[in-house]
Amino acid sequence: MIEVHNIQKSFNGNPVLKGITCTFETGKCNLLLGGSGTGKSVLLQCIVGLMKPDLGSITFDGLVFTNNKVDIKQEIRRKIGMLFQGGALFDSMTVFENTEFPLKMLTPEMSKEERRDRVEFCLKRVGLENAGTKMPSEISGGMKKRVGIARAIAPNCTYLFCDEPNSGLDPATSIKIDELIYEITHEYGITTVVITHDMNSVVEIGDHIIYLHKGQKLWDGNKDEILNTTVPELKEFIFSSSLVRAAKKVDEETEGGLAAATSDEAINI
Amino acid sequence: MVKTFGEFLIFMQSMLVRKERLAVLWQRMLDEAILIGIDSVFIVSIVSAFIGAVTCVQIAYNLINPLIPKSTIGFMVREMTILELAPTITSIVLAGKVGSSIAGGLGTMRITEQVDALEVMGINSASYLVLPKIVAAMLMFPLLVILAMVLSILGGYLAGTLSGAMSAQEYVEGIRTDFVPYNIVFALIKSVVFAFLVSAISSYKGYYTKGGALEVGAASTGAVTNSIIAILLADYVLAAVLL
Ligand SMILES: Nc1ncnc2c1ncn2[C@@H]1O[C@H](COP(=O)(O)OP(=O)(O)O)[C@@H](O)[C@H]1O
Ligand SMILES: [Mg+2]
Repeated sequence: MIEVHNIQKSFNGNPVLKGITCTFETGKCNLLLGGSGTGKSVLLQCIVGLMKPDLGSITFDGLVFTNNKVDIKQEIRRKIGMLFQGGALFDSMTVFENTEFPLKMLTPEMSKEERRDRVEFCLKRVGLENAGTKMPSEISGGMKKRVGIARAIAPNCTYLFCDEPNSGLDPATSIKIDELIYEITHEYGITTVVITHDMNSVVEIGDHIIYLHKGQKLWDGNKDEILNTTVPELKEFIFSSSLVRAAKKVDEETEGGLAAATSDEAINI
Repeated sequence: MVKTFGEFLIFMQSMLVRKERLAVLWQRMLDEAILIGIDSVFIVSIVSAFIGAVTCVQIAYNLINPLIPKSTIGFMVREMTILELAPTITSIVLAGKVGSSIAGGLGTMRITEQVDALEVMGINSASYLVLPKIVAAMLMFPLLVILAMVLSILGGYLAGTLSGAMSAQEYVEGIRTDFVPYNIVFALIKSVVFAFLVSAISSYKGYYTKGGALEVGAASTGAVTNSIIAILLADYVLAAVLL
């Protein structure tokens, strides 16, 4: 479990995070939901240590990350896997070498054969068993995300962070990537945090959802509760998504409730 | 200006803390040495051979006084290339080739979040990416400068003898007149300093790129111009201090 307590961050006196407190539960897909520019990426960067929050603390399973000794930070960092928006694959390395890289760097005690087995296992898990020799420039956006996931889980990460895993992907590929993240989370009991502004992901994989608006947490709950929310900003956010608009249209025709309209058949329109 | 210099120093210092295992850095250094050194042999060879040839032809053109022995041409080609042209021109050429590729490469890694990916893995990206580049440059620049010295003297020889400005014997005699070995040491010291300046300034420019593809291009350009200015300033200072 990751506990975020009262995180504040401003850039040049312009507050972006205004005291965010939330928890990300173990073995679940935790979604950070919100419109563009609400500070989701900044919060994620504070959590993984790429940015220093002005105030507040972050605890990984009881270990305090913020303002702690370098070795403890390092110990936590080695348990973190991250999938970046564009994949952030090292473009001088093949898919295989990219996946092997964290193993080489973080676990020097592993033998070459053990590393190879682990990489092959991870590539197979994300469905890329035949792409090992390809360079990042030769593969599609969806495949890059898959390699990114393989690289993140290769060192047996305890925490997985994904910044907009669906950005730049077509809807069908988006759903596949969402499913992959969801399956991996539940298979290995990983604490996963996914940034998204996509209602598709919410209804698909939202075990626990945190809604951010203008640097504040306005709501949290699960995917069944979100449709009955009373928070006006969140309501507006949900209703502005094309998925829900489409669902609502069906809704008016069939005269069911909104929650009924977001059942599986409605989503498949 | 002062702030930039301070940031530059902090950047240099950040490379030296939390270093990776030596074996990893060594492997990285070898990779960079190939990129910086081997891949520059061609351009350095062409430039230095022609500079030697042109220097020789122009000196021969200016030395029409029959009282001055023809071997002076060889002597002057040697002095000019070893002391100044080989180390400085080679470094300026490398500032263009190596500097832009370092800044462009690091800038691209920065904007595509590859640098962040390293940091999240708990790797000191400055030390992992930049330190091997600087060390490799400081090893390879002197070697390239030695190559440039040899080739420019050879270029002068070919141009001088083929154009009939003087005989091979006169040129060789000139090359051997009043030779000061310290000049070679001085040139190599210069090349190490220039190597540090080019690689460190270009790394700094690339590493702190913000924005998109446009800024990567700007970082490359900035790296080359700043490296060249730094080379020329250092050239002057070193000449004043060490000669
Ligand atoms: N490094 C930075 N320097 C200054 N402002 C920043 C920086 N990073 C993000 N911001 C600002 O913080 C706000 C939130 O950004 P971000 O977290 O990227 O939004 P999103 O929720 O879309 O991921 C934006 O207004 C952005 O301009
Ligand atoms: Mg973002």
